Amino acid sequence: MLTAAELEIIALSLKVALFGLAASLPFAIAIAFLLARKDFPGKTLFDAAVHLPLVLPPVVVGYALLVLFGTQGPIGRLLEPLGIVLIFRWTGAALAAAIMGFPLMVRAIRLSIEAVDPRLESAARTLGAGRWRVFFTVTLPLAASGVITGALLAFARALGEFGATITFVSNIPGETRTLPLAIYTYTQVPGGDAQALRLSIFSVLLSLAALAFSEWLARRRHPADARHA
Amino acid sequence: MLEVDIALRRGSFALQAAFRSDAPIVALFGRSGSGKSTIVNAIAGIVRPQRGRIVIGERVLFDSDRGIDLAPEHRRVGCVFQDALLFPHLDVRANLAYGERLTLPAERFVDRERIIALLGIAPLLHRRPANLSGGEKQRVAIGRALLASPRILLLDEPLASLDGARKAEILAYIELLRDEINLPIVYVSHAIEEVTRLADRVVVVAEGRVVAEGDTADVLSRPELNAASGRSEEGAVIDARVASHDPRFELTTLAFAGGELVVPNVDALPGEQVRVRIRARDVSLALERPSRLSIQNVLEASVVSLGGEYGAIVDVELRVGATPLAARITRKAACDLGLVPGQRVHALVKAVSIDRRSVGFA
Repeated sequence: MLTAAELEIIALSLKVALFGLAASLPFAIAIAFLLARKDFPGKTLFDAAVHLPLVLPPVVVGYALLVLFGTQGPIGRLLEPLGIVLIFRWTGAALAAAIMGFPLMVRAIRLSIEAVDPRLESAARTLGAGRWRVFFTVTLPLAASGVITGALLAFARALGEFGATITFVSNIPGETRTLPLAIYTYTQVPGGDAQALRLSIFSVLLSLAALAFSEWLARRRHPADARHA
Repeated sequence: MLEVDIALRRGSFALQAAFRSDAPIVALFGRSGSGKSTIVNAIAGIVRPQRGRIVIGERVLFDSDRGIDLAPEHRRVGCVFQDALLFPHLDVRANLAYGERLTLPAERFVDRERIIALLGIAPLLHRRPANLSGGEKQRVAIGRALLASPRILLLDEPLASLDGARKAEILAYIELLRDEINLPIVYVSHAIEEVTRLADRVVVVAEGRVVAEGDTADVLSRPELNAASGRSEEGAVIDARVASHDPRFELTTLAFAGGELVVPNVDALPGEQVRVRIRARDVSLALERPSRLSIQNVLEASVVSLGGEYGAIVDVELRVGATPLAARITRKAACDLGLVPGQRVHALVKAVSIDRRSVGFA
């Protein structure tokens, strides 16, 4: 029922979204923890910067990435000798997707970390656990639902990413043409409506599957709590 | 030996506290907001004092002059908090194991099975904290702290969120621990009955300062502690010995320096030392020995002083032999009797006013 072309588009979309998610999740957790638990100078500014992709037009984010990561850009110039080129590559699409989903992820994780009673962390320390152990054995497990929610939001956002992607890495079949870009392309050619519709339906199914998976994950983590909820 | 001498300021709250104790149980006693919890948090390393020194035995946990500030995880201080603070995502077994696993085998001195048996938590091992009662949570919290093999146990208002029956249950467990496990305990409380019952030594904290410190009977009998304990709780604590039991009427006679006291059955053998708390408002005075009276205890006393010249109520400081006692009567009564310091009076104490909660075992 799926054509080879469709399969390629869907696989690429999943690859971009999952890769972007996996690469950004540790940073999102670290930043969420900083924002939830620490006070430092410039925190408000930092918080605003993290949220910027949420409020900026995606095209602006894509253009900023183009300027920064282009082969002549300040970061792109540094990465090129290392063999890392993001522009016009699927990895660039993953970066764009990760950045657009990042604020959503940080927000959800931060809220769930803030909901963890800091006295539980103190109690763990008096029992002999160092800061890192407390984080991994108390804070993170108790914030797991927020991490799952954040990851789902970011994943869904990544699957739908359009503006920043097309601006930064263009619309290259097989390399950067993810689902939204493919749908857009089909709507631009005569007679492409049927294809656009098919891909839209796959898009919906994929998002629903992600939602169901995160629900299952959340339930599996806390079977007892789910039973008593 | 526990030595604390710390100072810290946080906003408008200033704490300056120094005390030492080598008693099995020392109580930090005072109203909420007096700074008791801040002191135990400083001992645990959760709060950092600006200045001072905290030593347990030979180990310096904190010394601002020498730049020592051990992290909480290196202090080996066991903590039990008012609301237990069990890890909600772990079952009881995993909660108990949390600190135990982080303790080097060579440093473990408590046996898991023994603690589980002592605290009666074996049936709870597979439950989650959300499915435990308040008393069960506290028992697990005590077990969790003990299994980390601490050098000292800090109990911060462990009974405050429990109802009467649970309070009695946990108190009994704490007494059991004191007798079975050789571990110094710091017991934080604002309830004078708990302190009377458990503590050998009391440090009274008010507004961030230590206002009194000493042996329990000594400190809790001082009339100037109103501010710390609340007026209606004022009274005296008497060190006594169980003299005899009267099985027919289920009464116990206690002997103390100055006389005898009849109280409802105390669960102790003749010869055992106990502490009895007698509230000032439960003591009446008579100039002559009254007869045909329901009150079981008529003690010969002398007036030491009369407190306060204004208001409807007068606190009369008495001495029964060598033992201090306090009576709270109306100013009118004091006037009618013509009480003056040095006068001989009879102090009347209803036996039923001394219940199980006001008797502690030394």
